[in-house]
Amino acid sequence: MIPAAFDYEVAESADHAVSLLAEHGDDAKLLAGGHSLIPMMRYRLATPGVLVDVGRLDDLRYIRTGNGTVSIGALTRHSELEHSAALAEACPMLASVAALVGDPAVRHRGTLGGTIAHADPASDLPAAVLALGGTIVAQGPGGSREIAATDFFTGYFESVLADDEMITEVRVPAGTGGWNYQKFNRRAQDWAIVGAAVADGGAGVSLVNMGSTPIRASGVESALAGGASAAEAAALAADGLEPPEDLNADAEYRSHLARVLTERALNAAGVA
Amino acid sequence: MTITEDAPAGHVGSRRLRKEDPALLTGEAKFIDDLALPGAIWVGVVRSSEAHANIVGIDGSAALEIDGVNEVLSGEDLAPLWGEGALPCAWPVTPDMKNPTHLPVARSTAKYVGDAVAVVLADSRYAAADGAAAVVVDYEPLPAVVEIEDAVADGAPLVHADLDSNECYTWGLWGDNAPAIDAAFAEAAHVVSERYLQQRLIPAPMEPRGCAAVPSPAGGELTLYSATQIPHILKVMTAVVLGIGENKLRVVAPSVGGGFGCKLNVYAEEILCSALAMQRGAPVRWTEGRAEAAVSTIQGRGQVQHIELAADADGKVQAVRVKLLADMGAYLQLVTPGVPLLGGFLYHGCYDIPNYMFECTSVFTNRTPTDAYRGAGRPEATYAVERAMDALAVSVGVSPEEIRARNFIGADAFPYESSAGLVFDSGDYQAVLDKAVALAGLDERRAEQAQRLTDGSSKRIGIGLSSYVEMCGLAPSRVLASLDYGAGGWEAATVRISPTCKVQVVTGSTPHGQGHETCWSQIVADKLGVDPDDVEVLHSDTAISPTGLDTYGSRSLAVGGTAVYMATEKVIDKARAIAAHQLEASEDDLEFSGGVFRVRGTPEAEVPLAGIAFAAFTAHDLPDGMEPNLEAHVTYDPPNFTFPNGTHIAVVEVDTDTGDVDLVDYVAVDDCGVQINPLIVEGQVHGGILQGAAQALYEDAVYNSDGQLVSANLGDYLVPSAAEAPRYRLDSHATPSPTNPMGVKGVGEAGTIAAAPAVINAVVDALRDLGVTDVDMPASPQTVWRAIADAQGGAS
Repeated sequence: MIPAAFDYEVAESADHAVSLLAEHGDDAKLLAGGHSLIPMMRYRLATPGVLVDVGRLDDLRYIRTGNGTVSIGALTRHSELEHSAALAEACPMLASVAALVGDPAVRHRGTLGGTIAHADPASDLPAAVLALGGTIVAQGPGGSREIAATDFFTGYFESVLADDEMITEVRVPAGTGGWNYQKFNRRAQDWAIVGAAVADGGAGVSLVNMGSTPIRASGVESALAGGASAAEAAALAADGLEPPEDLNADAEYRSHLARVLTERALNAAGVA
Repeated sequence: MTITEDAPAGHVGSRRLRKEDPALLTGEAKFIDDLALPGAIWVGVVRSSEAHANIVGIDGSAALEIDGVNEVLSGEDLAPLWGEGALPCAWPVTPDMKNPTHLPVARSTAKYVGDAVAVVLADSRYAAADGAAAVVVDYEPLPAVVEIEDAVADGAPLVHADLDSNECYTWGLWGDNAPAIDAAFAEAAHVVSERYLQQRLIPAPMEPRGCAAVPSPAGGELTLYSATQIPHILKVMTAVVLGIGENKLRVVAPSVGGGFGCKLNVYAEEILCSALAMQRGAPVRWTEGRAEAAVSTIQGRGQVQHIELAADADGKVQAVRVKLLADMGAYLQLVTPGVPLLGGFLYHGCYDIPNYMFECTSVFTNRTPTDAYRGAGRPEATYAVERAMDALAVSVGVSPEEIRARNFIGADAFPYESSAGLVFDSGDYQAVLDKAVALAGLDERRAEQAQRLTDGSSKRIGIGLSSYVEMCGLAPSRVLASLDYGAGGWEAATVRISPTCKVQVVTGSTPHGQGHETCWSQIVADKLGVDPDDVEVLHSDTAISPTGLDTYGSRSLAVGGTAVYMATEKVIDKARAIAAHQLEASEDDLEFSGGVFRVRGTPEAEVPLAGIAFAAFTAHDLPDGMEPNLEAHVTYDPPNFTFPNGTHIAVVEVDTDTGDVDLVDYVAVDDCGVQINPLIVEGQVHGGILQGAAQALYEDAVYNSDGQLVSANLGDYLVPSAAEAPRYRLDSHATPSPTNPMGVKGVGEAGTIAAAPAVINAVVDALRDLGVTDVDMPASPQTVWRAIADAQGGAS
């Protein structure tokens, strides 16, 4: 439980962080809340040579609303999403999902940018941003680019983010249309065994821990768009997926949970 | 007698806050890893990645290139350190028990994942960890025995090639009544025959293990600091294993962050650090990591249980017959083989069952050794008999509370001699159950349960009962002798009163979270009429408390607390003699209360204890021949065990769509005898219940077919948190134990013993109409969902 030796750099700004990433290449990792990275380092599953600490970039801690969009700084803590009155008004789903991440200690350290960049298919917030049709803003040496959440995640802990890029902002459309998130786990602090997120009255449906990335349940969405009932659409939730297997759930049980939770989320979102 | 409603007359019985807590909560308390030992050699242990393999080679070259790594030593290199010595097992339960030689570091063959195969010596803990990770071990894999029943299958690979089988021993308890048992089963109207699995559990105390051995090279002395429950036993064993004179050895347990039995042991690292420290003339230390602890510290449970009940038409049980297979793991640790025996006397539970047969065959597997874990044998026994009693209730067609009522040992039957050969001290099992049933509101719960079924709700209610009796107050030394245990069961205490009338208590009990300092102070304060804050309690250091047998098995209060009580009385007797001398009265005419000796009938003739204490110190005017000072020592060997008991009721809501089990209510009524501090009792019961519920619902040391521990971290090994704790509703019903003067019994393991069967009985109760009759532990959502699907005739 002792990590391998590493160097530590404190980033003074996003530009500085990006230049440090460019300097150290894939030997460097950004450190934000550290609640995913540090445990992996303690198990020596990750052995970065350099940690670039972006946790002090307070100018990237904000929640701004306007023009139908909510813009959230990448270093915004889960607890800040959970307790933000502005977010509760503009995009209550994101605030609600943030409140279900880990435990209070995790939520006070973990950041929205960090959890998106970590790209863990079992995490709650990436799937929520996916269902909401969000956009990820990444800064690299050549400037910033916007990436649709649907294009962002590419595999287990993998995304289109380059080694020298950092997420600076996450945007989601403002909206209070029927939404719900069903998180199923055994202990309150754990990752979801399976989760189902429904946004905008069923226009956006996503699944947690049902594959190598957070997954947009497009089959469910199109069935609903075609007039299917919630039960009919939810029955399609696991179709074509290859869910992971672990001590909590094999593929058959995970698929069952995906169907049950999707139907519950749809019903709770007001989709009959 | 019920004491819960009675206002305590003194400190005993009051909910006094623990005097231990300020230091613990502020970080002032020092644990093993807090010790500053300049110049210490740090040990990193290289552990086998294979369940069973020959060690072909150990390459330390990469490790030695790391800054701060000084040596890499194989088991072969280290062998001269222990010579003929090996890790001790103190409980040879049968004359022919097989006890393979267990070296601190394996020489040629690794027997389980986590087995120590090499050691790195380094300048820091960091370098030790880096070095251990860099050592390359060349293994030649051997076939591994992983599951218990595979160990005794025909053609099973041998865990120990030099033994002719994987069977460690077979121990039985049936006397000459085998024909009566056969007759009972032949004539039975109802026979229950069940097979239950006790999964392995990882103890996971808040503080993992650690030790530091500090030599005094000039004098040849060694001080061993260890996060242990048993400094006294560890001292004797270390002296024997390494051939160190006991007069040269001191063992200290600093603040210890829990143990649950896993620190009731003598471990490889303690022997290794001690031997190296003596050899090198420098402090040698090791601190266990959390992931390391999962495989290097003993695990608990690990049994396959077969239990049969034979009952008459009314459901009165006439015979119980039990056969166990118990998993020892790869080696025998300190009391590994005895753990099943501690339950072996209790498979009749709280019930008057005239015919009893118990047999245990213990086997070696290529897994981490097992040993005592909270309850040690008694949770397993209680689980089997309480699950079987529910099955019998179904067979007879009566409620769980009715089947228990028909079989309970009656309140008028005490002292009760059980068919397993124990004499139970006191109890009123029916009164306890009645209280629990009332507190749980069982009628209302059952109505709610029925309504849910009527409504066709997917969320079903289940109600589970568990009545338990355990044997605590370990133990009468002569009884231990009859069980071939290698030590006695007494406990020692010294009570001293200083010149200024402060009290020093030295106890051989070794707290690691229980609250001895608070409870011992309450006991002494009441007897002496002093303030509990004027009592200091010294412990856990063999130089300060040289005599003791330490803390395990809910023994501290019933044995160690009784020794303190008796030593206090002995001091009072001496003080009384001095008081009589000063007051020129007969001792028989003196009364002692509130810290003052008075001559009966002569109110003005009195002397406070403080005056006697100072007079005893100056020794200017003591009775002829009396030694100065107020001090007394008692070693108390209990005449019998104590038998705490209780009934717990769990209420669960099972989501039949997902298999999720929610523990919505939990009622516990316990008889732990007289309570010294109800606040501490409740804390023990709360934690114990959650630890038992953890076995029922969450925790499982899962091994794959290669013998790899799959649930090796706290993300996969699900220790529940406060968020998973049920709503606890507690009450008590004390029948004071006649075995000791305070009437105490013990409560450290009660919750754990009772909770697992209560919870699983509740889960099965919720699903009974779906055809489910059994659910394995832990009843994970997937396990429950699949049990429903299987009962319904296939996956849904």
